[in-house]
Amino acid sequence: MTMSTTAGTMAGAKAGSMAGKTAAVEQYNYDIVKKFAIMSLVWGVLGMFAGVWIASELAWPFLNFDVAEITFGRLRPVHTTLVIFGFGGSALFATSYYIVQRTCQARLWGGRWLAEFTFWGWQVGVGAGVILYMLGFTQGREYAEFVWPLDIAIAVVWVTYFLVYTMTLVKRSQPHIYVANWFFMAFILATALLHIFNNLAVPVSFTSLESYSLFSGVQDAMTQWWYGHNAVGFFLTAAFLGMMYYFVPKQAGRPIYSYRLSIVHFWALSFLYMWVGTHHLHWTAIPDWTSTLAATFSILLLLPSWGGMINGVMTLSGAWDKLRTDPIILFMITALSFYGMSTFEGPLMSLKSVNALSHYTDWTVGHVHSGALGWVAMITFGSFYHLIPRLWGVAKGMHSTKLIYVHFWLATIGIVLYISSLWVAGIGQGLMLRAFDEYGNLGYTFIETVTFMHLPYVVRAIGGMFFLAGIILMVYNVYMTIAGAKRSVEVDVTAGSAAVAR
Amino acid sequence: MKHESVEINAGLLIVLTLTVISIGGLVEIVPLFHIKDTVEEVKGVRPYTPLELRGRDLYIREGCYACHSQMIRPFRDEYLRYGHYSLAAESKYDHPFQWGSKRTGPDIARLGEKYSDQWQTQHLVKPQALVPESIMPPYPWLLKNELMYSDIENRMKALKATGVPYSLTAEEYQANVTNFGQPMADKLHIPNGKATLEAEAKGRNWDGDKERITEMDAMVAYLQMLGTLVDFKKYDQGYFASFR
Repeated sequence: MTMSTTAGTMAGAKAGSMAGKTAAVEQYNYDIVKKFAIMSLVWGVLGMFAGVWIASELAWPFLNFDVAEITFGRLRPVHTTLVIFGFGGSALFATSYYIVQRTCQARLWGGRWLAEFTFWGWQVGVGAGVILYMLGFTQGREYAEFVWPLDIAIAVVWVTYFLVYTMTLVKRSQPHIYVANWFFMAFILATALLHIFNNLAVPVSFTSLESYSLFSGVQDAMTQWWYGHNAVGFFLTAAFLGMMYYFVPKQAGRPIYSYRLSIVHFWALSFLYMWVGTHHLHWTAIPDWTSTLAATFSILLLLPSWGGMINGVMTLSGAWDKLRTDPIILFMITALSFYGMSTFEGPLMSLKSVNALSHYTDWTVGHVHSGALGWVAMITFGSFYHLIPRLWGVAKGMHSTKLIYVHFWLATIGIVLYISSLWVAGIGQGLMLRAFDEYGNLGYTFIETVTFMHLPYVVRAIGGMFFLAGIILMVYNVYMTIAGAKRSVEVDVTAGSAAVAR
Repeated sequence: MKHESVEINAGLLIVLTLTVISIGGLVEIVPLFHIKDTVEEVKGVRPYTPLELRGRDLYIREGCYACHSQMIRPFRDEYLRYGHYSLAAESKYDHPFQWGSKRTGPDIARLGEKYSDQWQTQHLVKPQALVPESIMPPYPWLLKNELMYSDIENRMKALKATGVPYSLTAEEYQANVTNFGQPMADKLHIPNGKATLEAEAKGRNWDGDKERITEMDAMVAYLQMLGTLVDFKKYDQGYFASFR
């Protein structure tokens, strides 16, 4: 009798907390967060599959199959667009909409439909963009390949996003704007600025998808790499720091290590990043003064980058034991470590003498991936493992903690294989190309370097497969968590009404 | 001003952030449009002819820039392998620029006239037939597809709007005669666009078939002119260095 009463009370309490969660769902717009989170994973799987495919094409060229739509040149922007804008972009929409509501204690501004518009606009933009690349429609600008009508559509979506975000900040019921929101704000503003100026173009006609960029040669190169590097700086760094500043303290259960550090590194990062794009153009026909400025600011940029890393990692001080028990913390701290490593490697590669060797080689590709896989994807995985159970109201967390561990190791091994093989490929090719024989002739032909790179390319593709396997496992884990949430709601309702009847 | 005033005012946060992120771009981009030395003064650089222009469009369509750079750096090994370092002037009519960022294949800034038309065609159809170790994808469809050029005049007009000196009026045509010589000025005259392209395609045996105008004709025409416009023998080294 006593036993069953206790059980009944517990079930009642659980039903009560479920009712509380329903109220929370009404207080905040979680529906839009869920949609973006799911699409982020969908694009993530597709984009990483495309990545593995093109990596394999370099190792085993027969995979091009003489099919125009899947040749390396057309699929490469499909891969970059899907992972940066599909996976990364949707993850940022999801987490920024979640964080701005939670930290402002205000429901998303603009009602249901404005947020919904940003969702559909973004998804259709990404989907249409990559299909058009495969059909051969591209602007031929790295990371800005979208054709001009899509550029305009994306600009409209982005302005809507800015409005929704800003107005939610304005109507907040908390006096302070939490630090994560500064980073998201800088990301939204910078992306708008970069997107609009880098995509200025004259269409062939109003019925043509093709266009010619407004600027040419040197000026065009400068604008493009001002865009290209700050897509890294604001889209893939500042915004993900915003994600970090919310989810790391939440998961660790501790406040941010240093508030002052976050202020200093926010302004320094925002200011310095915009100067460094030209380090992609060292030794080219760009005037030397721009290239020197960019190298100088790249070195300076190490400080605010490490400021962010230290602030994140030290948040865990006093709770280091969680690394042993919590795989989500493991994801987050590893992400911050990769962030620290790649923001050290970046300034190193931006030195003109190092760049003379590294530029045009796979070292650059490896560097990008230590940031993109190690930092961007790992912090997203960690944040999502924290976020998903809360969105769907699953008190016990993810369906399987063991699978989170497996995912962590698959991802980490994948990254290590990836970047170390490309160090070999890149530095090796760089050294071979500048080698001379005893008579002062070139030591190697170009094709000899291609042959040399076959083995590193195979290892790189395998590294990519590991990483892809990890995210597929995550999708399964997320699916089971959500399915479990739906089942437990039904169970709770039955148990709850039984308790009331008693 | 205390930092707290930024933390409690969304408007101020936006204005300050926008200011801070605008400075770097303004300082590095705007002067490039005004400093005269940015682009060298050099004879020979001209806009693309209609057939070359369509070839360049296809180069962009296929994403060739993902693996080939068109930017030779001033290093001894690059000089021996590819030729004179690239000048800013050589891409001043490139909308967009195609300098590239990765050399999975070699740089092709000075590919023009290094190989025969026949070699280029065969290589594009099956690279491994000529370079067995190559990992470049084959592009057989370039030879099969008819070249689409009905909108060539619109393309030239769009480029003219960005500042490329294609001519529409008699004065513009005369200016081109002065700058590029009459035969070239005729090719750069927009009303002649289609006729010029057809004459170019049939005037040389680009892809081995003079009857059909294929995408291969345009692609080979583009590849064969890359880096050939400036006669470096006419200038001494110090001249170009003075612009850097």
